[in-house]
Amino acid sequence: MAQAVSPSKGMTFGEMGSALAFAALALLSIIIAAKAYTPGYAFHAYLFAAASVAAVFTIVNRYYERPLEPPPLTIGGKPNYNMGPVKFATIASVFWGIAGFTIGLLIALQLAFPALNFDTAWLSFGRMRPLHTSAVIFAFGGNVLIASSFYVVQRTCRARMVGDIAPWFVVLGYNFFIVIAGTGYLLGITQGKEYAEPEWYADLFLTIVWVTYFLVFLGTVMRRKEPHIYVANWFYLAFILTIAVLHLGNNAAIPVSIFSPKSYIVWSGVQDALVQWWYGHNAVGFFLTAGFLAIMYYFIPKRAERPVYSYRLSIIHFWSLIFMYIWAGPHHLHYTALPDWAQTLGMVFSVMLWMPSWGGMINGLMTLSGAWDKLRTDPVLRLMVVSVAFYGMATFEGPLMSVKAVNSLSHYTDWTIGHVHAGALGWVAYISFGAIYCLVPWLWNKKELYSMKAVSWHFWISTLGIVLYISSMWVAGILQGLMWRAYTSLGFLEYSFIETVEAMNPFYVIRALGGAFFVAGSLIMAWNVWKTISVGEAVEEAPQAMQPVLVAAE
Amino acid sequence: MAHDNKEQVDAITGVTTTGHSWDDIQELNNPLPRWWLWTFYASIAWAIAYCIAYPAWPLVSSYTKGALGWQSREAVVADLDALKQQRSGMTTKLADASLEEIRRDPEMFAFARAQGKAAFGDNCAPCHGAGGAGAKGYPNLNDDDWLWGGSLVQIEHTIRHGARSTSDQGHSGTMPAFGRDGMLKREEISHAADYVRSLSGLSTDKGANLNAGAKVFADNCAACHGDKGQGNLDLGAPNLSDKIWLFGSDKATIVEGLMNGRGGVMPTWHGRLDDTTIKALTLYVHSLGGDQRP
Repeated sequence: MAQAVSPSKGMTFGEMGSALAFAALALLSIIIAAKAYTPGYAFHAYLFAAASVAAVFTIVNRYYERPLEPPPLTIGGKPNYNMGPVKFATIASVFWGIAGFTIGLLIALQLAFPALNFDTAWLSFGRMRPLHTSAVIFAFGGNVLIASSFYVVQRTCRARMVGDIAPWFVVLGYNFFIVIAGTGYLLGITQGKEYAEPEWYADLFLTIVWVTYFLVFLGTVMRRKEPHIYVANWFYLAFILTIAVLHLGNNAAIPVSIFSPKSYIVWSGVQDALVQWWYGHNAVGFFLTAGFLAIMYYFIPKRAERPVYSYRLSIIHFWSLIFMYIWAGPHHLHYTALPDWAQTLGMVFSVMLWMPSWGGMINGLMTLSGAWDKLRTDPVLRLMVVSVAFYGMATFEGPLMSVKAVNSLSHYTDWTIGHVHAGALGWVAYISFGAIYCLVPWLWNKKELYSMKAVSWHFWISTLGIVLYISSMWVAGILQGLMWRAYTSLGFLEYSFIETVEAMNPFYVIRALGGAFFVAGSLIMAWNVWKTISVGEAVEEAPQAMQPVLVAAE
Repeated sequence: MAHDNKEQVDAITGVTTTGHSWDDIQELNNPLPRWWLWTFYASIAWAIAYCIAYPAWPLVSSYTKGALGWQSREAVVADLDALKQQRSGMTTKLADASLEEIRRDPEMFAFARAQGKAAFGDNCAPCHGAGGAGAKGYPNLNDDDWLWGGSLVQIEHTIRHGARSTSDQGHSGTMPAFGRDGMLKREEISHAADYVRSLSGLSTDKGANLNAGAKVFADNCAACHGDKGQGNLDLGAPNLSDKIWLFGSDKATIVEGLMNGRGGVMPTWHGRLDDTTIKALTLYVHSLGGDQRP
């Protein structure tokens, strides 16, 4: 239809530019694939080439399908939100969540029963562990953040998202990066930096995706029809901006050749360690804390239908959190070659971070005042409130463990793993589940989720899983730390290392059981999401603003 | 829709709102919780005090040293010194006494075994197992079967210099690769393996030619392993007539040894562990199963 009536229809600058860029990338990828030093790298180059060709086709196809005019910013005076990319990222987060949790369960079982690596390189703990951490943090968490940020920024700015191809590039490009990173670990391609394992070419690609993400988000904020910027958007913006800086700083590397996946990090020795943990800790701080606080600031008041408890608290705790967090990394390097003064700074800033972190907890929990009764009837809200409670617990435990005296016991033990999972399972995953359970009916115009009972089951099963996980790791970690430092009355170490490993076994089994419960919960969620979308009862009169009527999105 | 910046009063709490509204989310004008603010101040005050007391801020070419003068390097040296101090009386006694003297003195012996157990866990357990039970290719130290001798002096020598190690005083005998180096034919190796199994009363293949095996053994193996396969401590040649097998007693494993030879490595610990620790290790290992075989 569009073609018939529009002889003057032409490609936009964005369409033309991105099609050409992808065509160039396809060409480059094919050349690299042909001359690559390793089969793994050639495989990745072919993936890049295939994805680029697919992108060119999609862009051209989309151009022929679309009407003459670009989608309007408003329809009937209401914003014409662009929810296609949000839907994609929401589904992707459910998929990656299950994948990441399952691999976590596998490596938990491997620690208890080492034979479960089946003597293969692919399934060895060393490759599975980064696959697990990246899948849960970046694939699951990242997609939740992208989906929710694109949703929240549009709704709270009352403006359609900036860009036409750009939002899709962010979502699809980010997920493509995840595929490259994940298959890279399986093939043994890694730069060996914790939480920053992908090699230089994946990092470069992610940089382009991330800068686009930043521009789309910022552009939408600038297009807002509200006089002020909502607090959730401050947190999203801080998260996007800081992650860009961290990513560039920690991944500064020189490739051996454009035909080789291998690169060398420009930092060396203890400087490298410091940069690594400046990155690592702020991945926790800005990805897993600031980003998910943004989710909390939108979804909790929205779901509870109550105002945010304190505007003033949100300002103070936002700025103090942002300022303090960036210093706290050195607490990962207590009692190492890192100079004493840097260790001190890492520790005192971590302790000062306690209250700024708790500001978010207070604002989250107190927003429920006047709506506590809803916890009885709404399991989605219950998930989110419990997540804030876990957030409070983890952000108290963190400063505690950063104190050198405590750290001398806890460092390198499973207590750290327990702490991380209190935050990861209890806080990050739960607030994400809450957001997904909110988003799915909203995005697909359904009255409610298919089954609230299933949400309740998800909540209780996974809560049991978290409790088993954290408590077993506390006991394991403290036992481990005490065994390592135990001396006999004659002044010799009481236990050899292998004895401390042996002592961990029962706790590893309990932990794996907890993980299995958590995986089971996430499968219930996937089923519920699927049923809601496929057979859920539609909202009778869909609010016009929600319909991406004119977007040839999916 | 209340983006007219008009403050409203929240009916439930009676608190005013800021007048902002985003997608129907409003904000209350609650003040900062007092306890929160004061705890925040307290943590900042504590941080400042800590920075004064301990090394904290970088300067151009140095850093603030802290009022307490504490440094982690000095702290760890002090800790190690204190530990050495605690052990020093017994350590000196151990250093001056011979292995035999230590064994006969209950106090010294107890100390040596404690030190030896700790050193064993850190250094020996990866190969020999936490309890010294060994593994395939790594001798069990609890039994009375010793490749290089189980007396105090022999054990100390083995710990100090190792076997097939970098030390020129280490034990050096190896099992040759009879098959790979063309000294024996496949058939002969098979016969020899059958014969070796028969030495310790193990069953042999149907139709095994034990006579042929005995001849191969006498010509090639007896020089090191002895006429009856009883072994030779000087060469580290294992006793083949007992039920203890370093690599395994099945025929395939024995054939593999004959084909490709054997020669596991025990590292030299001289220079890596101090003399007293080596003494203590010797006594500990000896206490597991030393000396029992004539």
